[in-house]
Amino acid sequence: MTGSLNMVGYGLAAVGPGIGIGLIFAAYINGVARQPEAQSRLQSIAILGFALAEALAIIGIALAFVL
Amino acid sequence: MTITAATFVPRAQGEGFTPPGPDDFNLPPVGPDATFEFLGQTMYLGVTKPMIQLVLAAVVVFWFFYAAAKKRAMVPGKMQYAGESGYGWVRNSIGRDIIGSQDFMRFVPYLVALFFFILVNNFFGSIPFIEFPTFSRSGMVYSLAALSWVIYNYVGIKKHGFGGYLKLQCVPAGIKGPILGLLIPLEFLSNLVVRPVTLSLRLFANMLAGHLLLILFALGGEYLLLHGATLVKPVGILAWVLFIAVAFLELLIQFLQAYVFVLLNAMYISGALADEH
Repeated sequence: MTGSLNMVGYGLAAVGPGIGIGLIFAAYINGVARQPEAQSRLQSIAILGFALAEALAIIGIALAFVL
Repeated sequence: MTITAATFVPRAQGEGFTPPGPDDFNLPPVGPDATFEFLGQTMYLGVTKPMIQLVLAAVVVFWFFYAAAKKRAMVPGKMQYAGESGYGWVRNSIGRDIIGSQDFMRFVPYLVALFFFILVNNFFGSIPFIEFPTFSRSGMVYSLAALSWVIYNYVGIKKHGFGGYLKLQCVPAGIKGPILGLLIPLEFLSNLVVRPVTLSLRLFANMLAGHLLLILFALGGEYLLLHGATLVKPVGILAWVLFIAVAFLELLIQFLQAYVFVLLNAMYISGALADEH
């Protein structure tokens, strides 16, 4: 079996952003359930947080190929 | 898939399956393929497919809004309605909500053009016969990020003056004492140096990784179905079903990344325009 250990490392590194994105959307769903009229305000914040957390996973995949 | 057509045959030969890699995105130029050396890398001299797509996207966006605005009427037609709702959405939900109702109108042309330009370029990854997201080539994104860096620094310096702007970006509000010695370099790095890097890397790596995933499912399914043992052949069909699911997820991501890019641009501009504390 051949392959790069980078990919195993990337799999492990993706756990962090995965948990982060889960927490962000959990909080977003909670917020909307408690106060549905705040959805439009919460949505942009949630997507922003999602993008920032996801950036870590994305940088990870870029590095997994480069290094 | 056009981009993998050239590498389609070699994958099936030899020992096992060769997974797709970033090399699959390195398309040869459309015209004559002369090369030159630059910084130790071999570069193509000719026009490549992403370059053509950039021009095509600009033409498409221009044509769409021109056609939408040409026959203006009190009761909008289909075209005008689509154009107006797209423009209005970017103006209200990105421009006005983030930059604030005082001076957001100056930036709306930039934001609307940027959003639809990136959106069309991203959707090129899913449109049949084009099948290549322009921004999966990092060089295409760096220029957009550099543009946004110049714009938010320019408007900030214009409003606050050079010293005032540096103070606004580097000194966090309400913090005094020796901790500033740690925070000022950090804020300087994160607000003025790293921002364009993360901005471009996010869009580029999302497009690259998403398209790579699509290639992997398509080619892996093909390999399992045609060259795998009898027992694993159904897995190839499963891979193609997943390919379709991932293709729809990819549509969502393409839209989301265009939105996030423009949203962050608006946030940087509003941060640069913020009043001093």
